[in-house]
Parts: sequence; structure tokens; C-alpha cells
Amino acid sequence: MNWNLYSRGDKFFAIVVSILIGMFTVATLYPFIYIAALSFSSGFAAQAGKVVLTPIDATLEAYGYILKDPQFWVSYRNTFIYTIGGTVMSLAFIIPGAYALSRPQLKGRRFFNLFIAFTMWFNAGLIPFFLNMRDLNLLDSMFGIILAFAVNAFNVILLRNFFEAIPKSFEEAARMDGANDFQVLWKVFVPLSKPAIATITLFCIVSRWNGFFWAMVLLQSEDKIPLQVFLRHTISNLSDDDEFAIVQTAAGFSAETVTAAIIVCSIIPVLIVYPFIQKYFEKGILLGGVKE
Amino acid sequence: MTIQEDSSSRNSDVLAAFETEDQPASGGRLEAAIDHLRREWQLYLMLLPMVIWFIVFLYKPMYGLQIAFKDYSIFRGIAGSPWVGLEHFETLFANDQFLRAIKNTVTISALNLLFGFPAPIILALMFNEVLHASYKRTAQTIVYLPHFISSVIIAGIVITAFSPTAGIVNTIMGWFGLDPVYFLTQPEWFRPIFIGTGIWQEAGFGSIVFLAAIAGVNPSLYESAVVDGANRWQMMWKITIPSILPTILIMLIIRIGNIMEVSFELVILLYQPATYETADVVNTWIYRQGLQSGQYDLAAAAGLFNAVVAFILVMTANTLSRRFSRTSLW
Repeated sequence: MNWNLYSRGDKFFAIVVSILIGMFTVATLYPFIYIAALSFSSGFAAQAGKVVLTPIDATLEAYGYILKDPQFWVSYRNTFIYTIGGTVMSLAFIIPGAYALSRPQLKGRRFFNLFIAFTMWFNAGLIPFFLNMRDLNLLDSMFGIILAFAVNAFNVILLRNFFEAIPKSFEEAARMDGANDFQVLWKVFVPLSKPAIATITLFCIVSRWNGFFWAMVLLQSEDKIPLQVFLRHTISNLSDDDEFAIVQTAAGFSAETVTAAIIVCSIIPVLIVYPFIQKYFEKGILLGGVKE
Repeated sequence: MTIQEDSSSRNSDVLAAFETEDQPASGGRLEAAIDHLRREWQLYLMLLPMVIWFIVFLYKPMYGLQIAFKDYSIFRGIAGSPWVGLEHFETLFANDQFLRAIKNTVTISALNLLFGFPAPIILALMFNEVLHASYKRTAQTIVYLPHFISSVIIAGIVITAFSPTAGIVNTIMGWFGLDPVYFLTQPEWFRPIFIGTGIWQEAGFGSIVFLAAIAGVNPSLYESAVVDGANRWQMMWKITIPSILPTILIMLIIRIGNIMEVSFELVILLYQPATYETADVVNTWIYRQGLQSGQYDLAAAAGLFNAVVAFILVMTANTLSRRFSRTSLW
């Protein structure tokens, strides 16, 4: 549509819509700006409710407080282990599995597809899953967290569909050269499926980085908890810790500024990778989403 | 992308071959099967780890669901605990807290449907009207972002922003001379905050599906509308919305199918005993009864009830969506 062809009414409409979009965008962004401003403000300013848009009595005390906490670094490291280990584990299960499911020569294909899809519709729930983890001796185990959440039906089906859409001729050409299934997968299908694999990798990374509930339930040792659980502990401890309230008055930070500083520290890696992943998730959500 | 239709239509011959194998095998068939395995063993080897994973982590818990009908004790184990029939279900449906949790789950989902469902559609329609490409691109980049933020951080932001002393919401209310409110301890504020947070977090990302549907509308429809002198507002109502109606319907059906699924992780992070009255949903109740109080059998019964209702809803949704599009959702 060309702006010059727009009537006056259309121009007015387009401008109003652009303003509304701008308002929604600012509303989306504002909480982050507020948290960032809070994290650099003094505890007094924060508690007096003076922080609105920019840091008041700018200070790095809140960051000093968390960066000195060894538990912060331990849980940060753990989150990296869960994210990288978990994503590698997911791909190791899903890529070969989805390839096998996509091959017409696999017998029992209909059964296996249903076997996997059924888990999207029916889930045993929290309690049996927890008891199963206990029976498997995977409570309080980093390996347990990495393994138990490696696969989900949605990602398998997404990749299987992508593999199914690859023209037969690619596989046939590789077979002529004497390639076996592993070679066909690795040398033909994986390179051709980069967008789908990137999408799944992205989904895995995001869910691992953000994973909280099961890490909270399954892990007891402080040296195993991920950043999200540490963040949660800190938020709930700080807000009702009277001793902390007295200490911080002198130190120049408060529960609010410390919470804000941890939030900033755990968002930064997401912000760094976000621009790189954006092109994939827009395509990815459509790959796995509604298809007519 | 349906499993049933894909495999049945494209590979009916393969399936036929598979099904005949179930019949009493003569020596020739057995030999053929061995021969097949010898040729294709790599394929089965690739599938095996994933199948074992599904059995160990998703199907074995389904076997464990039997404790919903048992007096479960940790020492006797799942198989060794005595059966008690429907006792736990009788307890459940006499439990006011559980009934309240069902009511809250349905209410929160319904409110989410009412306010959360239209938001991404309206956003997508608005994005479609923005002409300035880089303005649109920047706005999209920003509104998709909260989807990727963990619920712990989202809750941290909400708790901070609504805090009675330092929170920005009470600060702004103070400018207008209003008294501070401790929002997160007040039952009547939980749902507006929870649903508002959901819209803030997901409306942008949810608009991607509708934007893709809008991109698929035939441009000649707009061209002829321009010739007929239609303005953008009319085109939106007469062309864009009717064209994306199938997508809207399917997304609506999915949402209805997921009505038992309230994002309980965020509920756990935002609620407190003072707000259980309006905030406690089935999964948070199960979490407290089972994982915190150790009443595994009763909580598993509640989970089974939830799963069966969800299963029926999802299956109904899938059947309905078949009517609106040529294929089912899966």
C-alpha cells in the first residue's frame, strides 16, 4: 500500500494505529526500564518510591551485594550446564528419533507416531512424575534434570514433519553413493533442516534457561540449583527478612534494588542472544503451529 | 500435519505390510521380518533411545497413576499398596478447597479467554496497518520479548512493581492522592494482575500466528477493494478479518481445549495464602497437597481427574477443528 494513495481518513487511521502500537510497545518495555532503573538506585530512593524512569542516587551497591554472593555464581554456572547439557541431550534424542519416524520403510510407524503424540494429550501429572523420578533415584540430581526433560512430543513432531517434506531425490542420491542411514541423516537431512533444527534448539535453550518449577521441586542441594531457583529464593527471603532490612539501611541497597539487580543479571544473556534467534522463532512457531 | 492422516494416506502400503505381520507368521514372513531388520536396523537403533525415554519418563508415570485408587505408602511402593477404590475421589469432591480450585481454574481460563484471546488478534490487525517498516519491525521485536522471559523474572517484576512501599503502581497512585494498596495480598486483585501479566507477556508473541494468516490473504482482494473506493477500516472488517477467521477459530478451539491448563508456575510465584481464595488452581492445589504435604494418593487422584477432563476437552477441540479446516490440529 502506498501512502500517497491513502485518503485523508486512511492516513488518520494509520497514524492512530501507529500511536496505539507505540503505546503498547512502550508499555511492554517500561517494566524492564523500571527494573533496570531500580537496580542502579539507592535503597532509600527505592523504598521511598522515588524511582520511576531513571536511577535515583545512582549506585552499584545492589550489584556489589549479589556479585559477592558465591551462590549467585554457582547457580549461574548451573544454569549454563542445564542449558547446554539439556539442549545437547534433547537434540541427541530428537534428531535421530524424528528421522526414523519420517522414513516410510520404518514398520509400525503409525503406532510410534501415536505413541509419541498421545503424550501431548494425556499427561500423568505432577505426582506420578515426581514419584517416578524418586524411584529412578533422580531426585537432587543434575543429570536427572538434564535427562528427564530432554524430549517433548511437540519438538519431535515438528522435526519429523520437516524431514518428511525433504524430497526423496536427496536421499536416493546419497544412497547411490553407498550412504547408510546415519550418513544420510548426518550429511543430507541435518544440513537441509537447519531452520527446523535451529528452531528446536531455540525452544530447548529458552525452556532450559527459564526452567524453574521442576528444578525447585527436584533439587535440594544449593550447589545444584539453577539461577531461576536462586532468584526465587532471594526474592522471597529478602522481602521478609528483618535482619536484612536493618543491614541494608546502612549499605545503600534494599530488597527491591537487589531483586532488580538479579533480574537484570539473568535477563542480559537472553537480550544478547535474542536478536539472533528472532528470525528463527517467527518461522518456527509457524512450522509447528497450525497448518491447514 | 496430522499423524493419522499423514501416515495412513501416504504410506498405506507400508502399513498394510506392517499389519499383515501381526497375523500368525509363516516361516517366509518371519524370514522377511528378519531380512527387513537386517537391512533397516539402523533406523530402529535411531528410534530406540527416544522410545525408551518416552516409556521411562512419560508412560511409566501413567502406570504410577494407579495410586489414585490406592492407599499409597512409600514403603510398600506403587504395586504393593492396597486398593481403596474410589475413596480418594469421594474425599476430593467433598473437599471445599479442591472444588474451589476447580472453580478458580475455570474462572481464570474463562477470563483469560475473554481478555487474553482477543489481544493478539487486535495487535496483529494493528501491525498490519502500520506502514513504516522499521517502526513496525522495532515494535514487533520489543513486544515478542517478554515471551522469552522466565516466569520467575516476570513474577519478580510484578512483585516489585506492585509492592506497597517501593512499587511504581503505588507511587503513581500516590500522585493522584490515592492510598497505597498491597495488591498481592488482596484476593480481588489477583485475577486482574494475573491476566494482565499474561497479556503483557504473551499478546505480542501470540500475534505472530495471526500476522502469518494476514500475510496469506490474497492481495487482489485489497486491490479490487481499492478500485471500489473502500478505505482501510472497511478493508480490515470486510477482507482481513473474514480471511483470518479460520485461524481465529482454530486458535480459539485450542484455547478452549486447554481450559484446565492455567500456567500454574506463575500462580505459585504470585499467590500467597491470603489470595488462595481466588488464585488457587487445580495444579497448585495438587502441588501443595502432594509435593508439600505428602498426600500423594489424594493429589494423584486430583491429577487424574484433571488429566481426564483435559483429555476429553482436547479431543473434542481436535474433532471440532477438523470441521473448520481440512485436517486436524495434529
